[in-house]
Amino acid sequence: MPSETFEQLAMPHFERLYNFACWLTHDRQEAEDLVQETYAKALKGFSSFQPGTNFRAWIYRILRNAFLTSRTGLQATATVPLDLEEDEEQLPAVRETPESILLQRSDWQLVQEALGQLPVTYREILLLCEVEEMSYQEISATLSIPMGTVMSRLSRARRALRAAVQEMQNGAVGAEIKGRNRI
Amino acid sequence: MVCETWTDKLDAYLDGELIGADARAVSEHLRGCPGCAAESLSRVQQKRAVQSAGQKFTADPAFRARIQQSIAPRRAPRLSRFWLPVLATAMVLVVAGAVSLTLSRQRRGEQQLLSELTDLHVATLASANPVDVVSTDRHTVKPWFAGKIPFTFNLPELQDSPFVLLGGKVSYLNQSPGAELIFRVRQHQISVFVFQDRDLGNLRLDDSVRSAVSFNVRTWSQNGLRYFAVSDVSSSDLDKLCEMLKAAQ
Repeated sequence: MPSETFEQLAMPHFERLYNFACWLTHDRQEAEDLVQETYAKALKGFSSFQPGTNFRAWIYRILRNAFLTSRTGLQATATVPLDLEEDEEQLPAVRETPESILLQRSDWQLVQEALGQLPVTYREILLLCEVEEMSYQEISATLSIPMGTVMSRLSRARRALRAAVQEMQNGAVGAEIKGRNRI
Repeated sequence: MVCETWTDKLDAYLDGELIGADARAVSEHLRGCPGCAAESLSRVQQKRAVQSAGQKFTADPAFRARIQQSIAPRRAPRLSRFWLPVLATAMVLVVAGAVSLTLSRQRRGEQQLLSELTDLHVATLASANPVDVVSTDRHTVKPWFAGKIPFTFNLPELQDSPFVLLGGKVSYLNQSPGAELIFRVRQHQISVFVFQDRDLGNLRLDDSVRSAVSFNVRTWSQNGLRYFAVSDVSSSDLDKLCEMLKAAQ
């Protein structure tokens, strides 16, 4: 049996798991259900957890698998293109301007919106890398994908986010110009 | 202008996944390449923006408490599921140990008492003067004990019985005085010891004891006195005398 109790290992991850669940489901009630299911499954399977291995990756994997088998998860993954890993050409090359960098720093709500609009596959890997600050190896274990796929998917996710942010910026600028013209 | 050969490594470098020579090489390039340095700055800013924007949702404290309660070790059930059987076993062992100890002490007390009684009986048989008061009837023996022992007892009428009262003497058990009466039936002698119950201390003998080292033994308690009959006579003869003694009290 592991020397630390399940509670001691699992509760420190509670807030971040909940945050991650909210990002995946876009619904607080569903996120609560998902987190509850995750803890129940993890507790039930705790005897199979190998002490000394990565508990965080283990419990995040449980949450993600629970999400993928939920109705929202199935819908979300069904809308993701099958050739997601091969769609590099579809993403526009984005070059930062000093203005866009300034906007990213000041308007994090814009980034939140863009992040929320990304396909779940991109959204989750960005959150695991930037918010959870997982290493590529941990991400690989959590998402059950090879390290090479982690790197390529992360790169595409970042470009997709930049494109989404830039699109929103352009839309915001266009709306502002329209508003000025009305005046 | 961004160098295409380095951009692929920028993410891994900024994510802290490059180490050693690879990390140093990227670092050196960034110092000398304004285009890659600007791209690097842009990516760092995006990382920070996502890091900040990604921490958006906070759980309701009540929900956290609910989860914590659902996974907290159930101490009481665990106690009953695991510890209670252990405690019960321990209790059984303790009780069994205590009973065993008590029985062991009791057996030791019995053995000691039987040993002393048979010794006294054998000593009487071997003695040239087995009795201090010689009598052929109860009216001589009983008064003789008056003043010699701190209690009195009745003797049965032995006429029309096979038993003969040879006499008696003062005996000691557990450092307390008592009476030893010697009866004869045919060629066998019977020693009947009478002591106060309270003087016997731990020297207790269960009423069901029937024999010791081939001697037949009977014991009973009556009016605060403890009677012991020891002899090599048959059980039926010994029982008969005991019944007469009991009836006389």
